[in-house]
Amino acid sequence: MASKTFNAGVQDYQLTYWTPDYTPLDTDLLACFKVVPQEGVPREEAAAAVAAESSTGTWTTVWTDLLTDMEFYKGRAYRIEDVPGDSKAFYAFIAYPLDLFEEGSVVNVLTSLVGNVFGFKAVRSLRLEDIRFPIAFIKTCGGPPSGIQVERDKLNKYGRPMLGCTIKPKLGLSAKNYGRAVYECLRGGLDLTKDDENINSQPFQRWQNRFEFVAEAVDKATRETGERKGHYLNVTAGTVEEMLKRAQFAKDLGQPIIMHDFLTAGFTANTTLANWCRDNGMLLHIHRAMHAVIDRNPMHGIHFRVLAKCLRLSGGDHLHTGTVVGKLEGDRASTLGFVDQLRESFVPEDRSRGVFFDQDWGSMPGVMAVASGGIHVWHMPALVNIFGDDSVLQFGGGTQGHPGGNAAGAAANRVALEACVKARNEGRDLEREGGDILRDAARHSKELAVALETWKEIKFEFDTVDKLDVK
Amino acid sequence: MSIQSDDYRTKHTLETFSFLPELSADEIYDQIVYIINQGWTPALEHEAPESASAHYWGMWKLPMFGTRDPNEVLRELDACRSAYPNHLIRLIGYDNYTQCQGHNFVVYRPRGM
Repeated sequence: MASKTFNAGVQDYQLTYWTPDYTPLDTDLLACFKVVPQEGVPREEAAAAVAAESSTGTWTTVWTDLLTDMEFYKGRAYRIEDVPGDSKAFYAFIAYPLDLFEEGSVVNVLTSLVGNVFGFKAVRSLRLEDIRFPIAFIKTCGGPPSGIQVERDKLNKYGRPMLGCTIKPKLGLSAKNYGRAVYECLRGGLDLTKDDENINSQPFQRWQNRFEFVAEAVDKATRETGERKGHYLNVTAGTVEEMLKRAQFAKDLGQPIIMHDFLTAGFTANTTLANWCRDNGMLLHIHRAMHAVIDRNPMHGIHFRVLAKCLRLSGGDHLHTGTVVGKLEGDRASTLGFVDQLRESFVPEDRSRGVFFDQDWGSMPGVMAVASGGIHVWHMPALVNIFGDDSVLQFGGGTQGHPGGNAAGAAANRVALEACVKARNEGRDLEREGGDILRDAARHSKELAVALETWKEIKFEFDTVDKLDVK
Repeated sequence: MSIQSDDYRTKHTLETFSFLPELSADEIYDQIVYIINQGWTPALEHEAPESASAHYWGMWKLPMFGTRDPNEVLRELDACRSAYPNHLIRLIGYDNYTQCQGHNFVVYRPRGM
């Protein structure tokens, strides 16, 4: 029990918040931060300061500390580790008691863990690498409105990744022309098309008009192909009321899926929408604009695996994860690490994938991983191998840039996908034999042959900025 | 690039593997082996083509729980085809861990489809 007398003044954080002998409880929320302290600040003091400032502490002692049981409520820095290959930074592991956080609120967790502490002067930089959410907290969150299994059953898509496409140009099309592009993609063999995240309700294309034309396109393609189709109608809006109004209209049109941008709109709006989707039987696709602002710097910010975990808790049926092979940043092992967090029911600690804690998800439904951005048919074997069946592979330019137009581009991608899945099931090595598999498939698909010719030399080979910390 | 735009005709398709040429008996065998090796339960369903878009098709007997023999599945497929020559038939792999279907594709189309 702490001293019962009040001593005004400033004391070292580590006296209270550095507890190397502490064994975390199963109910504790655990966090791993990468910390670079200011010159002259010992690691233990910096770690304790982070624990204090992200939980119960402030810069000086206050008499009201003595009115509560600080030993029960305080966060504890319980372990420090070297960061491989970096002498200045270290990992600080911190345990937070469950009662510091409101049930079902990732907002509350983030406000504490990545709040004031990130501007704290005693640390030069700070990055939240991972959070272990206790199962007791997870059970208070709604999670994905439908999840992978329900989505597959509703859309009748089994045994393969789904195919999608973002409609381009992303801004400027009239609603009717836009619906045309959707129809062409879907009739050609895609399962899903997507509003670009920038499309909300601009003067050139108001949302009601888009929703109506797109619904007609989806319904016609569904009728003609006999397959279930959908288009992610973006309901992201300036207010939650407007967002919900658009969501309701999508449902009234009989459409299966809507979309939302979870970081720019915020976790509160996202959780509200996810709850609405669960109540209304709608699938929810989640875009991640702004994530690279937060997660790309390896020394400061929040790793995307944390944002992905928070999204699974807040609710979404799809989440963009990068492609590893396309035009956008993404380290392969690290990407596989957070893809597991989206889809699996238990993910063991694995530093080679940047996973710092065992994570038990209990019965929470899984989120489909969405690979989108600068990918084309030549990437298909690698994408199927990396992302597996529970994913949506989205070819925007890779569909609509086909010389024969959207329908031919869609057919090319569908043929390539099915050829890869069939070959994988036959035990063939997709990454080694991918070229042969695609060329063989092109013998019975003129559309694929043209696609292979069109994109044969396009590669995106730049070094990854945010690499895993390895020796 | 020169003008290349052929007319693309919309196809009536039946989900997974609809964009591949019809699978040969050997290729179907390989997919059955895949289903069994995943630990899934093979099953067959059949339906009249005009009702193919419904979630539920008729079940051919019960799913083949515990089978490790791809030929047993092929024999059932033959029997199903003899009993319902005018129906579509699909092969399913039930995954009891995810409570979902791990695989599902049409293995038989009646003449003219």
